[in-house]
Amino acid sequence: MADVRMGAVGERDAVLCFKAIGMQTISTETAEETTRALFTLVKQGVRVIFITENAAKAAAEALERYQTDPQVAIIPIPGSAGVSGYAMSRIKANVEKAIGADILFGNNDR
Amino acid sequence: MAAAMRINPTRMELTRVKRKLVTAKRGHKLLKDKRDEMVRQFILLVRENHRLRTEVESALSGALRNFAMARSVTEPEMMEEALLYPARSVSVQMGIRSILSVRVPTLKTGEDNVQAMISYGLVETSAQLDGAIANLAELLPKLIRLAEVEKTCDLLADEIEKTRRRVNALEYVMIPQFIETIRFITMKLDENERGSLTRLMKVKAMIEQRAENG
Repeated sequence: MADVRMGAVGERDAVLCFKAIGMQTISTETAEETTRALFTLVKQGVRVIFITENAAKAAAEALERYQTDPQVAIIPIPGSAGVSGYAMSRIKANVEKAIGADILFGNNDR
Repeated sequence: MAAAMRINPTRMELTRVKRKLVTAKRGHKLLKDKRDEMVRQFILLVRENHRLRTEVESALSGALRNFAMARSVTEPEMMEEALLYPARSVSVQMGIRSILSVRVPTLKTGEDNVQAMISYGLVETSAQLDGAIANLAELLPKLIRLAEVEKTCDLLADEIEKTRRRVNALEYVMIPQFIETIRFITMKLDENERGSLTRLMKVKAMIEQRAENG
């Protein structure tokens, strides 16, 4: 068990709130900034990073890079624009990948 | 039907392939069991993931809305100043556990993380800001649990896919190929044996014929 820090990346409005509770935050606007922010945070030892859905959608490649690393968790959360459904679609994609068809939540949201 | 492997039809190869078939069958059974158990665990986790995410998304949207309200009634400079230096730094205990040899993270939050500590004076900021920060601090344990469960689901889904491919490769490619190879070698060896037996019988008949004539 190691003590790790938490962070948040995304639009300024959303990440300021996380800064208030003591997370390390970087506000970003473009995909490049988001990618750079993620790498910087991971390099600084931040292992749990919350990222706003819009930023996550833009920087999907950077997220993919850390997908198989059990030491780094990058979790999409709704940003200031509200819930876009991106994170939920990732859960469904996982179900499809693992089981072959979305048999768990397929009917609930359609 | 799977094509037989290109190997010499000898007894040694036959033994080797038979041994490989036994290993492949055992591996196939083990991997199938592993896949079934992983899917079972995955379904439990992904249900929790779905529930947690629904809860967190609605709560977080509320907290962010409060925060936006607070921003609209506070001077931007004051806001920046208030939140510039947080009262504490939030951290979690991260470990690694293994679900059927898939390494997944465990996250444990400290007790003190739940209480919001306000790092600013109350004069220039609004009450909505205090509320938003308190809401978010209350939500933190759920956020951490969500991070843990979602990451575990990600890793498990990857591993299940890999295992499923391995199981299918063994079941539909390797095992039929071994069986076909064994059949091919056995038939070839039988054929050779029959060939030599016929030859011997022929030779014997010829010798007998010669003895009768001579």
